[in-house]
Amino acid sequence: MNEISKAKSNYKWVGKRTPRPDGIDKVTGKARYGDDMIVPGMLHAKILRSPHAHARILSIDTSKAKALKGVKAVMTHADIPDHPLMKPPYPPIVNDMHDICRNVMAREKALYDGHAVAAVAATDEAIAIEALKLIEVEYEVLKPILDPMDAAQPGAPILHDDQFTFGIEPKPDKPSNLFRSIKGQRGDVEKGFAEADVIVERDYSSEPVHQGFIEPLACIATASENDSVDLWTTTQGHFVIRALCSKVLKMEIAKIRVTASEIGGGFGGKNTVYGEPVAIRLSQMSGRPVRMVMTRSEIFRATGPTVGTRSRVKIGAKKDGTITAAHAEIYYQAGAFKGSPVGRAVETFFSAYTIPNVYAIAHDVCVNRPRVAAYRAPGAPMACYAAESTLNELADKLGMDPIDLRLKNAVTDGCESLMGTKFGHIGLVDVLEQMKNHPHYKAPLGPNQGRGFALGYWMHGGGLSSVSVNLQDDGTVTVATGNPDIGGSRSSMRAMSAEELGVDIETIKPVVGDTSVLGYSHLTAGSRTTFATGWAVVNATREIIEKLRALAAKKWDVPVDDVAWEAGSAIPPAGKGDLKPMTLKELAGIATKMGGAIAGHSEINAGGAGAAFSAQLVDVEVDPETGFVSPKRYTVVQDVGRAISPDYVEGQIQGGAVQGIGWALNEEYFYDKDAKLQNTGFLDYRMPVASDVPMIDAVLVEVPNPNHPYGVRGVGEPPIVPAPAAVANAVEHAIGKYMGSLPLSPPKILEAIQTTKAAAE
Amino acid sequence: MAKHVVTAVVNGDEVDFTCRTDQTLLDVLRTELYLTGSKNGCGTGDCGACTVIMNGRPVNACLVLGAEVGSAEIETIEGMAKGGELHPLQRKFLEHAALQCGVCTPGILNMAKVFLEKNPDPTEIEVRYGLAGNLCRCTGYDKIVRAVMDAAEEMRTSGS
Repeated sequence: MNEISKAKSNYKWVGKRTPRPDGIDKVTGKARYGDDMIVPGMLHAKILRSPHAHARILSIDTSKAKALKGVKAVMTHADIPDHPLMKPPYPPIVNDMHDICRNVMAREKALYDGHAVAAVAATDEAIAIEALKLIEVEYEVLKPILDPMDAAQPGAPILHDDQFTFGIEPKPDKPSNLFRSIKGQRGDVEKGFAEADVIVERDYSSEPVHQGFIEPLACIATASENDSVDLWTTTQGHFVIRALCSKVLKMEIAKIRVTASEIGGGFGGKNTVYGEPVAIRLSQMSGRPVRMVMTRSEIFRATGPTVGTRSRVKIGAKKDGTITAAHAEIYYQAGAFKGSPVGRAVETFFSAYTIPNVYAIAHDVCVNRPRVAAYRAPGAPMACYAAESTLNELADKLGMDPIDLRLKNAVTDGCESLMGTKFGHIGLVDVLEQMKNHPHYKAPLGPNQGRGFALGYWMHGGGLSSVSVNLQDDGTVTVATGNPDIGGSRSSMRAMSAEELGVDIETIKPVVGDTSVLGYSHLTAGSRTTFATGWAVVNATREIIEKLRALAAKKWDVPVDDVAWEAGSAIPPAGKGDLKPMTLKELAGIATKMGGAIAGHSEINAGGAGAAFSAQLVDVEVDPETGFVSPKRYTVVQDVGRAISPDYVEGQIQGGAVQGIGWALNEEYFYDKDAKLQNTGFLDYRMPVASDVPMIDAVLVEVPNPNHPYGVRGVGEPPIVPAPAAVANAVEHAIGKYMGSLPLSPPKILEAIQTTKAAAE
Repeated sequence: MAKHVVTAVVNGDEVDFTCRTDQTLLDVLRTELYLTGSKNGCGTGDCGACTVIMNGRPVNACLVLGAEVGSAEIETIEGMAKGGELHPLQRKFLEHAALQCGVCTPGILNMAKVFLEKNPDPTEIEVRYGLAGNLCRCTGYDKIVRAVMDAAEEMRTSGS
């Protein structure tokens, strides 16, 4: 049942600005996040981390730590089962348990500064920290490597002796940091470039950036003597945490119950396990609940970030702007273990455009940095940055309006992406035209200011979602989903359920259920929750309505097909004497006396998520004396499908754009010569603060996704995709020089200004 | 390590607690007084999530020692709503959807409250600089700034 059920103007709750159901607890301090939980009898755990970026672990002696008073358990990799290397065929995103168990606790080698090597649980955090100092680890220090392009060359220090580049025949005889390359192609690129009047080619680099969630990673594990475990953790997907803990520790799935705390930001950084398997093991070893909270420094050294890149992009076009060919090659640094989102690079590069001749290749390369995690539209912004920057330079060279250049080559319904994704009903042309007609596009610029534009594309995910809807006998309704609410999804779930039932939203209480009471639900990630889980909410609510109609039919002794459901009531068939409509509340009151409680549920694997496009326009001002860049005006026009909760759709767009500003201008990691991370706190890892950014004008274009009952497309990922490219373009226009590297920090800008000035004199 | 006995006024109530010399006010609030509304985002005074009001001034509770708050008046997020009535800032944050994950919200509300006491009629830029010590990674600050300005206007006109 996929039809757009009602015209938008008839919606009572969908598309309305209503206060979120969990809001009061969050403005009064009552909401419980990961480290706000206390379990009686709990111990405190700390992790010993490698001070070396690349070192063989020769021995670990924990005897002195174990002997310290107050220490209840000490563990190393020896307490976690080993897992064999995954064999091909490899899925698009590789999550090899061989790697994950080693990332949780280093085995043969420490592979980055901060890699977990051992852990302690003690009666007090101070004792646990003291015990870490008593653990003796003997290392053979090896040469580290940080750059993905260098790491892929022969002769580079090798992270994994058992990793041989996949996809090369015959199998290479030497191990390599290059795990695999993914490519996409169509047409004949050489022929395409030969047809071009103008060709632009440039190298790009971008740095890894951290998700920067404010709430630290935190969990409490309580193991029982009967092999079952209760885990409380902050996560974007408690079912995924359960699955990973079960695999890493070789435990039965049903014996692990995971409850998701309120989550204080994730952005992809809370999609996987870090401390959870360690806390569980320490709890099993000590017989006590174990609490583990990571410090900010640990979070920077050992979790996230997204990939850094090196790339080269070449695009050719006719004088009228018709693109004839495009070529891209990009190196993704996967961090210590393979599995960076290289497929998304190829999907991202040129998929918004109908280019007849394209070749794109992305390399997944291991380096001595933390294993990369997802970060909002994982794999897309860095590829978008390189491709859109090249297109912007092409527009400059052609003397063509940058939006006209995109319109000339824009994909429409039915086109295919480079990875073979076929577009359904998409709103790209609407988005571009609305941006072109926005007052911002023609507003005058001041001195030292520049304007930048970029277009971002993201193909949303669907996947597994489970929902249970329970009608209580007073007529209130509980909607339980398996997805942590990271940015207001409970508001959307409530709106869709209320819309279906035809009742006031306050009747409905949306909750996040734990892993023991619902079917499997995938992560709150990839902008899938309002789409996939929302769809399951609609299904489960409709099941309730069917049961209520049947109940009314029984009560009235009429065929169920003659009973309608309108505005929160069962409507009797006409001509049946004095039968009066029965409200949800009245039916709820008689349900238990006439057959039992009423509940609906839905377990789905949602397909048909929509593609979305986000166009962004930004004005920046560059201080010629310091190189400091200040964004002055920012406009986002995005196809959101249908905005179920417009406040939170705008919020996603505004937040995504500002994360992109940080990526473009400030955020980067500083490593010393031994590859030790130097900026492990928010003071030196500079994320945007309120005074760094302007208001973000979020313009919502609604081209409903025909595959979803309410037209939802997903909104959270697209706004970060073009943001670094748009900001970079604005800076380049302000200073009159193409830069090709991120972040555009003040020293880099200042040097560019001075070089340009010196050349002119 | 020896423990100190400290008496302070927290959200209007006189409370006694014990703490080690190295425990911060944030540790004390969260683990001794069970006031977990003040959040620990960094522990180094960089994120502002633990902002509380001490003797009328905003402080990062992670940078104040528990032992030094004797006889001080401390206001945390748990004391902002009075008698079941939300503070105008709390209401405006809900109305404007000025929070997503909500973990920075308690600190920002406390900072904004003191800021508006000093500057009841701020410009947008003044609000932005007033909140520059509080990181929010979700919202991009747009709706936060709007909520603070709207609350300021309401508080000016109602005289609260």
